[in-house]
Amino acid sequence: MTIDVADRRPGPRQDNQDPALFGQTPSQTVGPFFHYGLPWKGGADLVGQSDMGARPELFPEAHYVLNLSAPTGTPQGRVIEIVGRVLDGDGTPVPDAMLEIWQADVAGRYHGETGSDPHFVGFGRAATAEDGGYRFRTILPGSIGTDHAPHIAVSIFARGVIKRLATRLYFAGLEAGDATLSRVPAERRATLVATAARDDIWSLDFVLQGERETVFFDL
Amino acid sequence: MSYHREDAGAPPSLFPDYGATRTRAPLHPPLRVPQTRTETTGPAGWDRLMGSALADLTTQHAAMPQGQRIIVTGRVLDEDGRAVPDTVLEIWQANAAGRYIHGKDQWDAPHDPNFTGAGRVVTDAEGRYRFVTIRPGAYPWGNHRNAWRPAHIHLSLLGPAFATRLVTQLYFPDDPLIEIDPIANAVPMPYRQRLVARFDMDVTEPNWALGYRFDVVLKGREQTPFEEDDHDH
Repeated sequence: MTIDVADRRPGPRQDNQDPALFGQTPSQTVGPFFHYGLPWKGGADLVGQSDMGARPELFPEAHYVLNLSAPTGTPQGRVIEIVGRVLDGDGTPVPDAMLEIWQADVAGRYHGETGSDPHFVGFGRAATAEDGGYRFRTILPGSIGTDHAPHIAVSIFARGVIKRLATRLYFAGLEAGDATLSRVPAERRATLVATAARDDIWSLDFVLQGERETVFFDL
Repeated sequence: MSYHREDAGAPPSLFPDYGATRTRAPLHPPLRVPQTRTETTGPAGWDRLMGSALADLTTQHAAMPQGQRIIVTGRVLDEDGRAVPDTVLEIWQANAAGRYIHGKDQWDAPHDPNFTGAGRVVTDAEGRYRFVTIRPGAYPWGNHRNAWRPAHIHLSLLGPAFATRLVTQLYFPDDPLIEIDPIANAVPMPYRQRLVARFDMDVTEPNWALGYRFDVVLKGREQTPFEEDDHDH
């Protein structure tokens, strides 16, 4: 018997190459051990060169293979921080969550759109701390068009979160007239609106489950 | 312009067999709203955001890591079969013994000083990606009696829009642990098979590495605009 790989008969297809199965790849949780693979130093600082965002204490320095980001300049706009905690259905802080934000620049334009601020990408990533806390440094986005108030899109990932949870953060006092927020039942809107904790520091907790459950969107 | 919603293969958020979902899955159904520019745009310039690419996980340290070298390649497509270029694909995984470098992984398997298990690659104009790594090991976890996670590689994809953001896992063919794994089983059959890579002799390189092919399919663009009053489906 001879074996020639050119004459081999492949086994049945099992992955997304099978035309009968072809379709969206399903989500799976990030699991508890993503902190060295996804967050990077500086990922939570959208305006400067600090090392906010990662938790390098969770793995040895020799294995820190991810780089600092390299901003090209100072974005326009008012620098703010957004802070808060991620809480589960028992009210317990979630110390192993990761948040991502995506937002427009000061003029309400997204990175890549005509006329957008070349020094502002508008994307950030932060791991939560042991107390469930997160923190981003960014700019206050502008209104987007005429019917969308300033807001930041947020994704939450964590062990036990099989599908990315998509939500939004609005700013108290600036949220009037927003077309998306107006579709949220009035009694739940407050779960999306950050309050001014101090000058230029905005605070919002994300609650995964329960009475104060954050409104999540079907995208 | 908008992107398709999740198709029939999407897992539920609450899947009680995966214990951690019991307190972390929202109980309200997600609110369906029209997609705006916030959802149909997404970050670009991945290298500026995150630094250089790290497509070979076996050359990040002084020597070769332990285990079986593998190549994983494939394409990132949308559900209409179109290539999705310039997509950041980030990977993280356990080592050959099934242990993560993460400080909170207490599984009593050896660390490998030459393996971190983190990488990053960007898709080319045809949506292709390729990385070199070590086949990860299975490991036990505390979800249920005698629970073991099948060998898997975590994948994160930053596609063209906030709406197409995907985090998922790649499994290996013929792994008997898949059928007892509640995370994989949260995806109904037959769609679970979309998460299983295929061994491929054409990717395999003689005397060097076994090859696997795995295509990732993101949401596609809708042909017709989303109807504003269609939010109660």
